[in-house]
Amino acid sequence: MTAHYDQTPVLQTKNLVKRYGSVTAIDHADFELYPGEILAVIGDNGAGKSSLIKALSGALIPDEGEILLDGKPVSFSSPMEARALGIETVYQNLAVSPALNIADNLYLGRELLKPGILGSVFRMLDKKEMERRAKEKMTELGLMTIQNISQAVESLSGGQRQGVAVARSALFGSKVVIMDEPTAALGVKESRRVLNLIKEVRDRGLPIILISHNMPHVFEVADRIHIHRLGKRAAIVTPQSHSMSDAVAIMTGAMDVEASEGEAA
Amino acid sequence: MSSTNPKPSTAVLDHDKVADQASTYVAKFERHETPLQRFKKFLHHYPIAAPLIVLLLAVISFSVIVGDRFLHPFNLSLVLQQVTIIGVIGVAQTLIILTAGIDLSVGAIMVLTSVVMGRMAVNHGIDPSLSILIGIGVGALAGFINGLLITRLKIPPFIATLGSWNVFFALNLWYSKSETIRSQDISNIAPLLQWTGQTIDFFGARLTYGSLLMLGIFFLIWYALNWTAWGRHVYATGDDPEAAKLAGIRTTRILMSVYVLAGVVCAIGAWVLIGRIGSVSPQAGTMTNLDSITAVVIGGCSLFGGRGSIYGTLIGALVVGVFRNGLALAGVDVLWQEFTVGILIISAVAIDQWIRRGTA
Repeated sequence: MTAHYDQTPVLQTKNLVKRYGSVTAIDHADFELYPGEILAVIGDNGAGKSSLIKALSGALIPDEGEILLDGKPVSFSSPMEARALGIETVYQNLAVSPALNIADNLYLGRELLKPGILGSVFRMLDKKEMERRAKEKMTELGLMTIQNISQAVESLSGGQRQGVAVARSALFGSKVVIMDEPTAALGVKESRRVLNLIKEVRDRGLPIILISHNMPHVFEVADRIHIHRLGKRAAIVTPQSHSMSDAVAIMTGAMDVEASEGEAA
Repeated sequence: MSSTNPKPSTAVLDHDKVADQASTYVAKFERHETPLQRFKKFLHHYPIAAPLIVLLLAVISFSVIVGDRFLHPFNLSLVLQQVTIIGVIGVAQTLIILTAGIDLSVGAIMVLTSVVMGRMAVNHGIDPSLSILIGIGVGALAGFINGLLITRLKIPPFIATLGSWNVFFALNLWYSKSETIRSQDISNIAPLLQWTGQTIDFFGARLTYGSLLMLGIFFLIWYALNWTAWGRHVYATGDDPEAAKLAGIRTTRILMSVYVLAGVVCAIGAWVLIGRIGSVSPQAGTMTNLDSITAVVIGGCSLFGGRGSIYGTLIGALVVGVFRNGLALAGVDVLWQEFTVGILIISAVAIDQWIRRGTA
């Protein structure tokens, strides 16, 4: 599937500013995520990339500027509000509960209740329906290889746990999925599976913001790469137009964007 | 990665592609399973098995040591009555231990609320049913205070409830003026308070309403823990509070609800206590703290939170009840009962650690 750069960005920021005392973490940052794309966000430590991501996922309230979802200005004061608007985040520590099973984890915090009086009065969980839908989603994403849906998450490998967290975001995210370092703790084969999973989610129509320090992974899956430096966007490159070393050079300030573009052309 | 790789993006693709063809063989160790290891695996798979085996062994040994007196229906109903209080308080303790907390004040809340119920009804002439409700309200308030200390002031549960234990117990002595309300006074003025001690014939066995109340509480909490979103959230909060928070669970609210509910359950335990001993004594139920923790731990709950079941606690309470009763019948001094309960609690945790090691 190809991204639609002629359409309205799904998620956009204009002139976003966040200051902590005398430190400016986000300095008039612009950001656009288009429908159907994987946008990688890279930046050196301290570049303000996590502040930007926190602002997008509702974990941080910006001081100035605006956030647009489907072209309409929005503001969230908590991750829950962002989530309610369809922005799902897969955290680096995954936010899964090891002792609970896969289905329980997929629906954690958003459980389905039985229809009728059992649900409305007795608040009874609809375990069957949750398991059915969980199985459906896991199968759809090609994750049903090993898992028994009522298996405790602690019995899964790191990559499979990541799979559970990604499946949860794909199940509930209607607009955007933000993934924070999804391959950081994984081995080679597991990373591969997760990267395929990310593409799978994109191909099903959900645009993805991928935060990663792993350049090979970024260059493999990203459609575009947002390079963050000194609190704002330094450049947007694509894996086709620039090499990894160019990206690192822009990220660290060793090269400015105009120079790199001249070189690429 | 600069000069040799002009197009690193594709070069890296190649090296990762190799991983796809990698063998799926994962190092396997030869399995020489001894019967002991297999037993360990079995216990790990069925957490309820260990307490059941202990209960069975205890019943068998005591019927051998003590003889017929132990298995006599009258004695068994006595065990059940003793277990009723540990069981009810054990429910409260289970809820809290599931959230990775511990409540040392459960016994004190129970005694305090029993004194409140008794004095309200007997000394102040308030309607007995209203007195019970006031007692339950005091229990809820006590739990609420514990919850506030733990969620707002961020005091570790052990310390918070160690402190509140002393405070609640002192309040209990102050409010009761260290006086016992006599059984006759209660049965004259407020017989409802002793209702939980009345027995009914249930297929030949003599059960108290208190025991039935306990089973009802077990069922309700079992349902809440296993069939409602709240129950899932209690487990998730105890398992990994940060993950639970990120998943959208308001862990502070969950903790507050657990401590308040535990207080309410303790107050119901107070009603059962009055039925059991007939009178209201500010010194009653002093062993309940340790016994409730013992019941929960023997029942297989992890003190680290998130793991365990409510029916495990029921079996754990039966184990404690059987040991206390059996030892008493065998003519063993009370101090050795305490000794045994101490050994039980240490063994339960040791076995739990042993089961978890290497089988995860």
